[in-house]
Amino acid sequence: MATFFGEVVVAPSRAGLDEEEEAREETPEDREIRREIEKKREIDVLWSCAEQPLVCSRFIVAIGRNAAAFLSSFILDSVCWEVVGVVKLWNEWCRTSSTTNVLPTDSFCLFYRLISDPTVLLCQCSCYVAEDQQFQWLEKVFGSMEKKGLQVTILSTCPVADYKTQESTLTLVSPFLKALKTKEFQEQVCCPLLEQPNIVRDLPAA
Amino acid sequence: LLQPAVSVGNVGQLAIDLVISTLDMTKVGYFYTDCLVPMVGNNPYATAEENSMELSINAEVYSLPSKKLVVLQIRSPFIKNKYRPFCETLLSWVKSSKCARVVLLSSSHAYQRDDEQLLGTPLRYLLTPDLETEVGGRMKELNWKEMEKVAAYPGISNTDKVLHIPGGGITKLLFTESCSEGIQMAVLLKFCSEGDNIPDAFVLVNYLNEWLQLIKSEVNPSSQWKVPSSWRLLFGNGLPPALF
Repeated sequence: MATFFGEVVVAPSRAGLDEEEEAREETPEDREIRREIEKKREIDVLWSCAEQPLVCSRFIVAIGRNAAAFLSSFILDSVCWEVVGVVKLWNEWCRTSSTTNVLPTDSFCLFYRLISDPTVLLCQCSCYVAEDQQFQWLEKVFGSMEKKGLQVTILSTCPVADYKTQESTLTLVSPFLKALKTKEFQEQVCCPLLEQPNIVRDLPAA
Repeated sequence: LLQPAVSVGNVGQLAIDLVISTLDMTKVGYFYTDCLVPMVGNNPYATAEENSMELSINAEVYSLPSKKLVVLQIRSPFIKNKYRPFCETLLSWVKSSKCARVVLLSSSHAYQRDDEQLLGTPLRYLLTPDLETEVGGRMKELNWKEMEKVAAYPGISNTDKVLHIPGGGITKLLFTESCSEGIQMAVLLKFCSEGDNIPDAFVLVNYLNEWLQLIKSEVNPSSQWKVPSSWRLLFGNGLPPALF
């Protein structure tokens, strides 16, 4: 693909192709570098309570700053909820630490438990979990739980501009709620379901 | 097994959408994999309110027993460094499930064609040696063009010729692995560029149909394919009235 100045530039593809790297055979140095990077990008889930695995019947996950702020404003308080875990991770966009004393502007991923019913867990994840870390997050978090009739609720936000609809998004009344549910979820959903061609991606999707 | 490669213009994936939608295939399973970017949505092939609520994720398997056809659809890009693990897992599943043959729909960057490839049909095929013996003759009858090999070092003559599929995603890897593992695989690909790739998908799926005869190809085969409801709004929302 030629540009104005005559140089040939590889056009970005919607298919997310990144072939040059994949095509090359890995040298031992490459392998070592890749392993080091993978180690750096590993996720650590640190639980502060002794009982492992955690018995969980309801798990509410708030992903992104808006959803995390919603929980901070309306649900969480130091009387009814206690911190039981934290996720430590690093990627190009953010780094979280193992401290549980966080400011709303920090990037963090904390787990809380309802003191009156310890099987109710809540997660506030305001940091960005990168593509290659999402699966790991999933396995490590859900792997530490003993699921007893587990019901999972995921709260997240997306920009209105990303919403695909016949009308223009300028005329839409926002904010508005949409939901996705598995067929096992039998209860009433409080808002309309998300219509095609809209999709959810990244950690909420995982 | 019919499946797409995540390749330029997503043509293979669009063509697979047409196959699943037209043949009204039933979902029979999915891949739980860390190799693809996660995504989820409601049923992309919904035709009515009742069937619109089934969740759909990034790698799902559909089947049509009457044609002994299993289709894998991939809906998101690969995560970095995960091409090889995915291909290995896929091929081991192909072998363990005793799948007779694999057909891979793919595409390649149109701008990388050489002078000869610029003329004539933009469609190409590839067959692994094990499949060549069985259907090579049919390809000749259909007058199909095999994907040309290119010089490993362009500009220098007397170099080895290698297979090069720019923009093809996992196509080359899957194909070369299948060759060495004795799997019967056919690759059908189209040269194209990014843009509105719906016409490319129709061309590719009609090409596939010439061979596999999935639907009756009458006078205008393109009209026989059913476009899924999820293809709406591919290029943005409606315009704000205030614009005018």
